[in-house]
Amino acid sequence: MRIVILGAGQVGSSVAESLVSEANDITVVDVNTERLKALQDRFDLRTVVGNAAHPAILEQAGARDADMILAVTQSDETNMVACKLGASMFNVPTKIARIRSGDYLSHPEIFSPQNFAVDSAICPEQVLTDYIAKLLEFPEALQVLEFAGGKVSLVAVKAFHGGPLVGHAISHLRTHMPQVDARVAAVFRQESAILPEGSTVIEAGDEVFFIADTRIIRTVMRELRRMDKPVKRVMLGGGGNIGRRLAKQIEHRYEVKLIEYNKATAQRLAAELDKTLVLAGDVSDEQLLEEESIADVDVYCALTNDDENNIMSSLLAKRMGARKVIALINRSSYVNLVQSGQIDIAISPAQATIGTLLARVRRGDCVAVHSLRRGVAEALELVAHGDAKSSKVVGRRIEELDLPKGATVGAIVRREAPANADTASAYDYKVIMAHHDVVIEPEDHVIVFVVNKRMVPKVEKLFQVNVSFL
Amino acid sequence: MAWLPPILPVLGLIAMAMSLSHLLPIATALALNDGTAYIFTASMTLNALIGFLLWLLTRRYRRELHLREGILFIVLVWAGGALFASLPLLFGIGLSFTDAVFEAMSALTATGATLLDGLDNLPASINVWRAELQWLGGMGVIVLVVAVLPMIGVGGRQISKAEIPGPMKDDQLTPRMTQTAKGLWIVYFALTGACFVAYWAAGMNWLDALIHSFTTLSLGGFSSHDASIGYFDSLTIEVVAIVFMTLAGINFATHFRIWQTRGLRVARFDSELPYYLLVLALSVLGVSAFLWAKGIYPDFATSLRYGAFNTVSVATNTGYATTDYAKWPVFAPLWLMFLGTFVACSGSAGGGIKMIRAMILSRQMYRELTQLAHPKAISPLKINDRVVPNQVVFAVLAFFFAWLSTLVGVTLLLTFTGLDVLTAFSAAVASLNNIGPGLHEVGPSTNFSVLSDFQTWICSVTMLLGRLELLTVLVILTPSFWRK
Repeated sequence: MRIVILGAGQVGSSVAESLVSEANDITVVDVNTERLKALQDRFDLRTVVGNAAHPAILEQAGARDADMILAVTQSDETNMVACKLGASMFNVPTKIARIRSGDYLSHPEIFSPQNFAVDSAICPEQVLTDYIAKLLEFPEALQVLEFAGGKVSLVAVKAFHGGPLVGHAISHLRTHMPQVDARVAAVFRQESAILPEGSTVIEAGDEVFFIADTRIIRTVMRELRRMDKPVKRVMLGGGGNIGRRLAKQIEHRYEVKLIEYNKATAQRLAAELDKTLVLAGDVSDEQLLEEESIADVDVYCALTNDDENNIMSSLLAKRMGARKVIALINRSSYVNLVQSGQIDIAISPAQATIGTLLARVRRGDCVAVHSLRRGVAEALELVAHGDAKSSKVVGRRIEELDLPKGATVGAIVRREAPANADTASAYDYKVIMAHHDVVIEPEDHVIVFVVNKRMVPKVEKLFQVNVSFL
Repeated sequence: MAWLPPILPVLGLIAMAMSLSHLLPIATALALNDGTAYIFTASMTLNALIGFLLWLLTRRYRRELHLREGILFIVLVWAGGALFASLPLLFGIGLSFTDAVFEAMSALTATGATLLDGLDNLPASINVWRAELQWLGGMGVIVLVVAVLPMIGVGGRQISKAEIPGPMKDDQLTPRMTQTAKGLWIVYFALTGACFVAYWAAGMNWLDALIHSFTTLSLGGFSSHDASIGYFDSLTIEVVAIVFMTLAGINFATHFRIWQTRGLRVARFDSELPYYLLVLALSVLGVSAFLWAKGIYPDFATSLRYGAFNTVSVATNTGYATTDYAKWPVFAPLWLMFLGTFVACSGSAGGGIKMIRAMILSRQMYRELTQLAHPKAISPLKINDRVVPNQVVFAVLAFFFAWLSTLVGVTLLLTFTGLDVLTAFSAAVASLNNIGPGLHEVGPSTNFSVLSDFQTWICSVTMLLGRLELLTVLVILTPSFWRK
């Protein structure tokens, strides 16, 4: 695929990184020469210096032959104009723009082909905010990812002594709780993946990925560890883009305190937020944390723009008694350094948000992609098109699929005919756990878990409709 | 004093306009032949003549008013208006000058305190005149509080600058105010008309309906009967009165916008409205339950009937009564007086601190408490999701202090001159907040005629102070106001 990425900031760079590794032809455009040089040093890609919203620059970047434009510059307006130019001057088939302003997003008609021609508008900050909000809702989980519009969830949880399933084989789950239908997709033990069989014994300290209907994930988690009290008090360190969004989103559910260093920003936040207590101060000010009773806080989230600051303040918070700490860490080397240490969850913003972009880039009809374990593993939601003749998956039992080793089907979401004619537009969805004898039907959404990203192309290929059979 | 002349021609014009208002009592006098027509005609002529002379002699100084001239103008309109309006009372029913000015001031400030006995036996034209004065006063007050005071920014009123209806042009004050006034008056007229029809349909005769619709919408509370609304002893009339008093206590800018957009949705931008309705509803229930529990009335329904009417009447600063509520166990009337100090919304003809200031004051207190518990917290004071600037909060605090010290000062002065504590305090509260009747010796069944001349003057001045939101009058007393 020939892809033009506009903007070499955090999002642009990490997208470029993952797309290069998937054998695409990438061109990155940015006004900043140094950022481009840094990218070019690391990866095999082309760079163009200039304003991404200028036709000449787009032309130079090869927009004419591009399959896709990914406009992820800092400016919503630049991104929108670039998409429009891509549509009207260069006929680029797919145009994706990062749009951060809620004002634009609340008027989807401005993205129509007649207007700004943005095929899909993505907001990484919102994705990240939702991601953290999910973790607050399920404080026991390391990661909660949704598929099929929230019907199915993939949950990563660390097994602890005391969970009924710990020390038992996976098949024990079915006998122990026959009414709960969940599937263990993978088990990671000491950084290496174990392909789960019915006989695999779960040990304390294992990182278990399971797929289940969203409504029952709490029940399944209870099998793996004792449950914590639900989160009540949340403290956010840093009132930037993420801190502000998160506070706004959760302030009516939890008691939220937010620490912001910049006085003027703090004033603005206090005006904008309704119930959040905004504090002006330093996130690593021990006295301030003490004063605001950090020891009673259920979750502390370090969300500033500065990795070191986030690490330090979350370590401090943890030592002073915060029950659980979450830190945003951009540098992947730091993430590996601190994860599973004192800091309970280290989130790499790039990894958390890249899935929304990747889903658009993939071959085959891919609805959602989630990056797992710092980008090593991946979970995909793919749609099975065609029929038994043209497709390699439709009409086959799951055990018959030619999946590479390390890839497992977790669940299937099937659209059912509406129960009555009145709700004809709103289809009913049914979640089917992937037992070996389930037969895949056309238009099923199949959720595939891949322990190593290298297998992704093979999986994609499997789901592509074979033209020669048509 | 160089800037006094530009006010004078405008005052002259107002006096001439005031003379026209005599036409209604004259018409009443002629229709009912109560023998007062000549008095009103004389007063009208005097009004017109003085106004015309004033205008003629000073019209060459006429120009756009400046801020300080505007403030002085407002004070002179109400003070001078009361003097002129007292003429028919002075000569028509033989009141002393002190009493006539008090009665006229009580009318023009829409207070509703009276020192007249035997209202039922007064000439109808006099009662119409008193009611009309209240109605005109209310009309002036509404424009004053919705359009003029926010511009001047008295006591933190600049906060509602954005709420002023009409074209949004900050540079041209006069056309905007004229527009605003027109819009507000249309609503005021329409509500008065509706109230008149409702009273008439509920069983009042047309004269009573006219008088009471005038004094309901202005939240004045003058009645043509000593027993006030209690005279009619009609549940229907009481319900009509409760509905229109409640409506009149709402910000007229909100009424105007509802009328303009033909929809109720705009009401949710009125931050005072939910608190206003909530406090009223809770107080009605609380007072009724209290009366019932104390066994004042045989059953809860009767308690609710009397509790609801008198609570709404005093809380909105109207001052009607259906019973002598001063005879209730003292908690209830004191609660009513307390409500009267703050319940009315900022853009109504009601008096007192106003709901918006009460909200700002209580939020400022809460903010201070937050700051004590969390020294590093940033806690802006918000009304309707908008941050209220500290400057406004300070202005409200200053207003509150002026209000409180006036209340204390007047109470002390009245007790010093020989009144008992409850009478003095309730007279001070009733005058300062433009409620009307007080308690004990100045209660709903008695009236202010027990006061000595000096005490009467104190109450007259207090009504003016309260009506013009204190600071407007007090600023005139500061030396810096007169400095060039």
